[in-house]
Amino acid sequence: MNSPSPSPSAPSRRPWSRESLFKAASHRLFWPAVMLVALMLVNLPSTPGYFSVGMRHGHLYGSLINILIFTSPHILVGVGLTLVIATAGIDLSVGAVAAIAGTAACWWVVRAPDQNAAATALAAAGIGLAAGLACGLWNGFFVARMGIQPIVATLTLMVAGRGVAQLIGNGQIITVNSSSYALIGGWWGPLPSGILIAAAVVAATILLTRRTALGLLIESVGGNAEAARLAGVRARRIKLIVYVFCGLCAAIAGLMLSSNTSSADANNSGLWYELDGILAVVLGGTSLSGGRFHLGGTVLGALVIGTLNNTLFALGVPAQSNLVFEGAVVIIVCLLQSPVFRARFVAWRRRIPVGVAAARAASAEPRAPRVTGDPSGPADVPGAPAAPTTTEVSG
Amino acid sequence: MTAPAVPSAPARAGRRLASVMDSKQLPVYVTATLFVLMFAGGASRYQNQNFLSGQVVANLFIDNSYLLVAAVGATFVMLSGGIDLSIGSVIGFTTMLTATLVQKDHWPLWLVAPLALAVGAAGGALMGYVIHEFEIQPFIVTLAGLFLFRGLCEVINKESIQITDHGVTRLALFQIPLPGGTFLSIGAVLSLAVLAVAVFSLHHTRFGRRVYALGGSEQSALLMGVPVGRTKIAVYTVSGLCSAFAGLLFTLYIQSGDPLHALGLELDAIAAVVIGGTLLTGGSGYVIGTLLGVLVLGLVKTMISFEGTLSSWWTKIATGVLLLAFILLQRVLGRRR
Repeated sequence: MNSPSPSPSAPSRRPWSRESLFKAASHRLFWPAVMLVALMLVNLPSTPGYFSVGMRHGHLYGSLINILIFTSPHILVGVGLTLVIATAGIDLSVGAVAAIAGTAACWWVVRAPDQNAAATALAAAGIGLAAGLACGLWNGFFVARMGIQPIVATLTLMVAGRGVAQLIGNGQIITVNSSSYALIGGWWGPLPSGILIAAAVVAATILLTRRTALGLLIESVGGNAEAARLAGVRARRIKLIVYVFCGLCAAIAGLMLSSNTSSADANNSGLWYELDGILAVVLGGTSLSGGRFHLGGTVLGALVIGTLNNTLFALGVPAQSNLVFEGAVVIIVCLLQSPVFRARFVAWRRRIPVGVAAARAASAEPRAPRVTGDPSGPADVPGAPAAPTTTEVSG
Repeated sequence: MTAPAVPSAPARAGRRLASVMDSKQLPVYVTATLFVLMFAGGASRYQNQNFLSGQVVANLFIDNSYLLVAAVGATFVMLSGGIDLSIGSVIGFTTMLTATLVQKDHWPLWLVAPLALAVGAAGGALMGYVIHEFEIQPFIVTLAGLFLFRGLCEVINKESIQITDHGVTRLALFQIPLPGGTFLSIGAVLSLAVLAVAVFSLHHTRFGRRVYALGGSEQSALLMGVPVGRTKIAVYTVSGLCSAFAGLLFTLYIQSGDPLHALGLELDAIAAVVIGGTLLTGGSGYVIGTLLGVLVLGLVKTMISFEGTLSSWWTKIATGVLLLAFILLQRVLGRRR
């Protein structure tokens, strides 16, 4: 308790090199980056040319490029989810929204008189984005305006949205034959378009949130929506904005997916994207209790997932078991983020009582940027106010 | 200042109405009314298709037996203020496990059923333990459970497995005759038995009171001496157990295992609970309301099939819309109080 050292993991007696190592290790991007590099190195013995990038038929070619192509929709979904999770919300409907956007766009392309015309692809993309916008508004309305728990509001769209997508596609897989629409998820010169789109969205989001006050406002709403509102932040509007943004990101991902395969499958397009997105966010160090977000971490997290999938595939692990693996990773990362778990772990390592370890962890709190939630607060339903009344209306 | 006058008849009626409007049973009444209205609407619309028959009602119980059991499990969790998103996956996993063991390994059903139930209960207990012990939000733990169990389904087998075992088929097709020429399936009777057990344990046992106390306010429950941790773990165990039982009923109903069985059923279960009047924030609600919620959802399915031209995906959309409508109703009622 009365220990003057600010953090139990950085004793001041140690030489500076050790300390600087600790400093690097406590950087929030350190562990995701280590994971990424480790995963890539795992591939090296079985795939000698793993890091080589070549040209084939005028396109960049290589394992890393494949991972980037596979990951770009995840990055998009992850970026949208990061902002939603930063407001202490969640969006489970991203996969369904991606399916709706892709189906709506393909529905338009099939109906167009000239499928190959650029105007057709543009209009289709516009329709897909509009669908994503509408879904985001729908979620945002129920979460921000009506004060419904984000999980339930977006779970509704997660399931009903698949129904809507099937309705648009009339229960069939729509296949399109449009060279201009294929460009959205295809190649722009030597580069795959997905990477460029994802990079542009990430850059724009970082600019918008970190160069303006928007990021701070989002974090303040996530930290304590009521306090933010009393401080003059329009909490509801911020929440609405993040859900709309998340819907748009999911729609872009859906457009990319459908364009990449030149088809829209209402049932399977974007399936389990909510898991991949959430996993990317938590791997990147954004706490699910909101109040803090790291877009760079999310991008790294998405890359880790993409590399993991690629590695499992290369090692011959059946693709189906990915879900088990990812579900387990989500739990493990959440455990690592849980202050209670950390305290227990420290106590076990140092053979000190749990209470002491918890107190030390709490005193080291400012040093640990990942943990933003109240360590002593009860775990309750997110979105539900912690107030003791049963019929509390939040927001 | 005013003398306490004898209230006039309209005032008394008004007060009675007000007390009904304020009572905790109001959402149940609303759902019951909705069910009756929908049934009457269906009866008048599909007059010549024999909608108004005992068997249509009996079929509601037969076709939704698994949903009823799953929703009963979800009621426990939601009354305690939590949420369980793993229901559909556990059901899908149970169908896969049962189908594989019965069909491929030729295990007897009486051995497979307890095993499946134990797996479901253990999964639920584990999730409850993590939720309570490490103070992680229930939705993220059960969401991970959703993915884990769905992944395990696909690890067992990627393909659908038909059950052709004679014993299972005979059990599935067995009809329990009821007066009026109608019948129920074994699954329907079992689901009603589960309902009865749930009503008893929630409304007449100490455990039930603890669940309500936990949902009302965890802090107060803790201060009152309710064993919060044990209750919370028990609640998720019950939900896992019910999901596995629902999975067994689903296997019996559909006689196959498929890694994509019951995809998204957690929404149906949550919708049934919410439509039945249980507050999303916990602490208030009735199991009998959940039964009504299941019946309303079942009626939607029945009406869509009677309509003939509407496709199955309308069921998903209708479920979502109904759920949102009832959540909004809860908000309105909550605000008035």
